[in-house]
Amino acid sequence: MSNPKDAIKEKSMVIQKEMLANLFTELSTAKENGKKVVYTFVPGNLTELILALDMLPVYPEINALQSGMRKRSGSYIKDAEKLGFSEDVCTYVKCDIGMMLNGNIGPTGEKLPDPDLLLLSYTGCFTFLKWFENLERLYPGVEIAMLHTPYQEDGVITDDQINYMVKQLKEEVIPKMEKVAGKKLDYDRLEKMLGNAAKAEELWVKVLETAKHRPSPIDSYFAGVYYMGPLNTAFRGTEEAVSYYEELYKEVNERMEQNLCPVTPEGEMKEEKFRLVVEGPPNWTNFREFWKIFYDMGAVIVASTYTKVGGLYDQGFRHDPLKPLETLSRYCMGCYTNLNLPQRVDLIEHYIKEYKADGFLINSIKSCNSFSAGQLLMMREIEQRCEVPVGFIESDLVDPRYFSYANIKNRLESYFQMLEQRKIIMSQEEAHV
Amino acid sequence: MSKYYLGIDLGSTTSKAVIINEQDEIIGRGITNTRANYSVAADIARMEAIYNARFFILKKNLANEIAAKPQYKKYLSDLESVFQYEQFKVRIDKLGDELLKTCYNYFDGERRQTMVDHLRIIRRAIKPKIKHQYIYQNLGAQNQFFRDIVSEKYNEEVSKFDISLFEPLMTIWDKSITAAENEVVQFDFESLIKEAMDLLKEKYDNLPEQSENIPIESERNFDAEMYLLKGEFNSVSESLRDRIDEVARLEFNIENMTGTGYGRALLPFPQDCIRSEILCHAFGAHAIFPNTRTVLDIGGQDTKAIQVDKYGLVTSFQMNDRCAAGCGRYLGYIADEMSISLNELGPLAMKAEKEVTICSTCTVFAGAELRELTNMGESRPDILGGLHKAIIMRAMSLIARSGGVFNEFTFTGGVARNQAVIKYLTQLVKANYGDNIIINIHTDSIFMGALGGAMFARRNINVDLPSAKKTTA
Repeated sequence: MSNPKDAIKEKSMVIQKEMLANLFTELSTAKENGKKVVYTFVPGNLTELILALDMLPVYPEINALQSGMRKRSGSYIKDAEKLGFSEDVCTYVKCDIGMMLNGNIGPTGEKLPDPDLLLLSYTGCFTFLKWFENLERLYPGVEIAMLHTPYQEDGVITDDQINYMVKQLKEEVIPKMEKVAGKKLDYDRLEKMLGNAAKAEELWVKVLETAKHRPSPIDSYFAGVYYMGPLNTAFRGTEEAVSYYEELYKEVNERMEQNLCPVTPEGEMKEEKFRLVVEGPPNWTNFREFWKIFYDMGAVIVASTYTKVGGLYDQGFRHDPLKPLETLSRYCMGCYTNLNLPQRVDLIEHYIKEYKADGFLINSIKSCNSFSAGQLLMMREIEQRCEVPVGFIESDLVDPRYFSYANIKNRLESYFQMLEQRKIIMSQEEAHV
Repeated sequence: MSKYYLGIDLGSTTSKAVIINEQDEIIGRGITNTRANYSVAADIARMEAIYNARFFILKKNLANEIAAKPQYKKYLSDLESVFQYEQFKVRIDKLGDELLKTCYNYFDGERRQTMVDHLRIIRRAIKPKIKHQYIYQNLGAQNQFFRDIVSEKYNEEVSKFDISLFEPLMTIWDKSITAAENEVVQFDFESLIKEAMDLLKEKYDNLPEQSENIPIESERNFDAEMYLLKGEFNSVSESLRDRIDEVARLEFNIENMTGTGYGRALLPFPQDCIRSEILCHAFGAHAIFPNTRTVLDIGGQDTKAIQVDKYGLVTSFQMNDRCAAGCGRYLGYIADEMSISLNELGPLAMKAEKEVTICSTCTVFAGAELRELTNMGESRPDILGGLHKAIIMRAMSLIARSGGVFNEFTFTGGVARNQAVIKYLTQLVKANYGDNIIINIHTDSIFMGALGGAMFARRNINVDLPSAKKTTA
């Protein structure tokens, strides 16, 4: 990385790293500084509310995926299984429980504080409910707040649903949060944060949309999971997040103007050969290896559904400071896993067309019912509607036992060869016509 | 000069090679068991395919003569069988040396001498037996692998000795066969075919004048063709000599090749000649049956359900690459458990009067279930019927995952040779997807992957991937 151009490219990464380091330091000293700690999940999170009440958020599934990337998840999961958790339980849960049993040391090596509040703001994933029930046992007496999020069964968000959620926020969730925080919610502050959120969201969408360019300057999946970090977690609503996305967009836009391919852990891709849309979370235990199979083949992910778990901003949603509680409710109900199957298929179809993808690939996760249920049906539907080659691979979030490199590589190689051949034969066919 | 194209499918259980001509016609096939040394397996399959192709060309050149005179046909089929023995002979000698070498490494003193003596007896017995079977009993047509043939004979001989010798002799076998099998033996077609012709002459010279005089009764009902040939042996042999020489000296020009199968990455091929077996199976199946839209391939250690379009291009696929239940190996394991050969499984299962329900989730537990059911008095055919149905039910669920069966449906892979598998597959496909589904099964079904590979090679569709460039640059 002695090349100065490389250094410039990575400025946004440096910023994000600093942001995270500061957060974890703040968390490790939270108790001494009298800061209250809220455990909550990424989909449908209420980060602005937490921050506006001067509390600090911890996201257990982010900790789990970080443990997976740092090769710790295998032993954490085994510890949870020793405690009686079945083989079939979500591995995020087992990894998180295992981490707590082992002293709750976070990704930076600093200890994470115990929760003062378990805030369940998204109920579309039933496992989340059970996860917090287990955490309640591990932290007896911890306060709990639950916001019930209606599923978009009919593919729309109705006024009744919004009223139902706003009522819960007003009558239960915010009072409980105020009680734990020991202060009243400052609505001016919340609105300001929602305004910042909208600014960052606007920039994030611009970043995502650079992938429409050929070649795409970003990988919307493997790099996308890093890019989405600040907005999906503890920084949405902050000035810092806005400047992070300003910097990121500047970098990405420069790359786009120079027709550069995405940056990978082994440097810049030289050629964009295939453009893919991917459904499903990535595998975290072998993230680098997994990514490498793609960039070695010249495959770029131009759009992914996983990067929408924290919100479908590219479909127009923005946090609205003028309607704070309504906007938070809409946000919770609008995250990707809360969509019904036809909505998800429509979204993927839209991505394939809008981003001019050559193929569609599903990484089906053993652990995650929210994502995996119905994926084969979705795949078939996409195959018929879009007439692009579809591929299906299977792995897990953080259980290393379910990542079989040879099997995945074999399937992906076959898939890329399918794409390759289609290109060749189709061009020959066109030439004959 | 004619151009030929080679496809090699290095599967987990067997390695197959196919040679095609410029019209996509299969002219040579070779198959062997996959072994520790993949490149040896690939080499043997390839050599076999080339020899097979030479015989094919020979027969094609002699098409008129063969049609007119049955003795020509007989001469050529005999020659092919004897030719195979000539190759085996060299391998049997190598194996014999290996057995003695192992014996010297593992035993000493008196014990060594006992073992050596017994090994000599075995050696002396095996070779003539195999020779006899090749020359008189048409063993060559059964397409058996060297390992299977010699191991059967070795076991036969060992069982004649005192039981105390069983274990040491089997240890010697286990340590020697792998080494013998993994050695590449270079053959020269021209000299090998000459030896085969001499051996054939020996056979016919020594053949009793009348078939009644053949010492072994079971061999007496030999076809009239043999005696027709005996009467004219020298003239047939002489008139064919030049034509055989011509084919033996034919320069065999493999224009391009493609490697596929699970072991493809280990093939000594340039990376751009390596292709996924999913694409090859689909392409091969589609070439033989151009209306194919769904392909099911049950191989030794994986099962694939593949959907193809009108060009033979794969649009989607589902794979079972994690679990032996539902693959060919499931049947192999059951055959071992029942102490019968893989070839006997299907015919026995065809005798089933009902299908005993057997759980198909695990191969090893199916073995346990089999013992349990036997104890409960269920008949072997009924149990086997159930096992065959179980493997197909697994395949059906994979097909459903891949999108279902679309007309026409082609079944490929080694397991497609099993009649009971075909029976249940047909039943279940028709029951689930309608009676109008056309089910294609080709006699060459096990060679589909290699065929697809050869066809890709002929079309010279190179894999143009950045990673391939990186390593070849």
